[in-house]
Amino acid sequence: MERQRTRIALALWAALVVLFLWTPLVIIAVYAFNESNIQSWPISGWSLHWFRVAWHNDDARSAIWLSMKVALLASGIALVLGTMAASAIHRFRFFGRESISFLLILPIALPGIITGMALNSFYVFSGLPFSIWTIVIGHATFCVVVVYNNILARLRRTSPSLIEASMDLGADGWQTFRFVTWPILSTAVVAGGLLAFALSFDEVIVTTFTAGAQTTLPIFILDNLRQGQQLPIVNVVAFVVIVATIIPVTISQRLTRETGLLRRR
Amino acid sequence: MLAFLCIYIASLVVLFVSGFWTIDSFSGKLIHEWTLDNFEQLFSTNDPTYWRITGRTVGIAFAVTLTDAVLAFPFAYYMARIASRRTRALLFVLVLLPLWSSYLVRIYSWTTILSKDGALNWSLNGLGLPDANIAFTNWAMWIVFSYVWLPFMVLPVYAALERIPDSYLEASRDLGAKGFGTFRTVVLPLALPGVVAGSIFTFSLTLGDYITPVLVGGPSSSFIGNVVFNSISTNIAFSAAFATVPVMVMAIYLLIARRLGAFEAL
Repeated sequence: MERQRTRIALALWAALVVLFLWTPLVIIAVYAFNESNIQSWPISGWSLHWFRVAWHNDDARSAIWLSMKVALLASGIALVLGTMAASAIHRFRFFGRESISFLLILPIALPGIITGMALNSFYVFSGLPFSIWTIVIGHATFCVVVVYNNILARLRRTSPSLIEASMDLGADGWQTFRFVTWPILSTAVVAGGLLAFALSFDEVIVTTFTAGAQTTLPIFILDNLRQGQQLPIVNVVAFVVIVATIIPVTISQRLTRETGLLRRR
Repeated sequence: MLAFLCIYIASLVVLFVSGFWTIDSFSGKLIHEWTLDNFEQLFSTNDPTYWRITGRTVGIAFAVTLTDAVLAFPFAYYMARIASRRTRALLFVLVLLPLWSSYLVRIYSWTTILSKDGALNWSLNGLGLPDANIAFTNWAMWIVFSYVWLPFMVLPVYAALERIPDSYLEASRDLGAKGFGTFRTVVLPLALPGVVAGSIFTFSLTLGDYITPVLVGGPSSSFIGNVVFNSISTNIAFSAAFATVPVMVMAIYLLIARRLGAFEAL
């Protein structure tokens, strides 16, 4: 439909945007293999030295371990609550339905600092001591939203007649769930869970307010960046984090072909 | 689920109420005494510090939103209407992966690129140009914010463009509109809700950020978030009061966005 010249110009623009998006990621990957501990470009030589150093760094290890635990718990909670909320909103018409579906968007519509501060004042106000659970609650707020959106999108595209047909053919509620609803939902659930995991693993703003003195991986990275310390280790950890988030995101992408945050019709 | 929502809402309420409280100047403890002092300090005409910080935050948020819209629109157009199926799937993954990969790492990468011995100056020198000393300035913040939030703009714009039926464009052409005329009168109005939906993300995310100013901003690059974060330990009431400012700005923004039909495109 567009003229040849326009098409070429647009293709060029698209290529430039992709270049813009990917150059910084590639540069970090290159720095991870830097042999020197000075961050200058181009790097002086290639080496795996800092991978070994990072592997033996206790702070980095415990930070990764804490982040893993938090991400697992937060995405677990999000899976349960998000699935329940999406099913309820989709299936029933009840009082306050609109306001609940609005409230569920708040954690991503409000700036993270607000969610973080609100939870922080709530913890202080109610005298709750900081623990792994205070971080998990903080992360669960936005993880729930991700799972909820993924599942709701799937439910909306599913024809209700499938469930009616199953009921007409004599299946009880559990059988319908087991043989009709679950197979339809399962990939959306897995994808939502993986995205929630990736988000939680990476979250820093809400975490700074809910962690107290604990150090998750993003906080470990942030502290070192601020003080300009252990940058070669940060490079390696950053590279590993990029690779580690790419895996769940690619899988979830294959499962749904949806974006998680945004539902496509 | 309800209990969870209640905790969340209760937290938000406690936060906003404490903006109207004050603190004991000796112990730094919160005193439950109603006052408007915090807001008077914020909006004081004698001391423009907080006006300036608010202006900088909102201004950069606008600049970033505009930049991302300009970058994303042609890209999303190519993705939705020109690229082949396979190219489109590839582009989709290429946009999504940076979106979900570590936000801190992406900011950090820019600090290395923009630094004195970084990749930017290296490329500039290679082209025979002088160093661009933009590390730790508002320019650096503008670039980094635009970079970090770009995928949030691409996706809704893409979704909006993809939904325009080809028959609309054919009809427009049959009725005699030239290429640009069709674009201006058919494509743009139909894609606008998508752009506004994307701008909600880019605007709100920039407004609430305080990490980027710390890592790539200079000494005079404080955002609302930085002040809020720094005064939590010294004066939580003041920090809560200042935190209501981005929420108010966001509320106004959302009202306008709803007018423009962005919620259906979200």
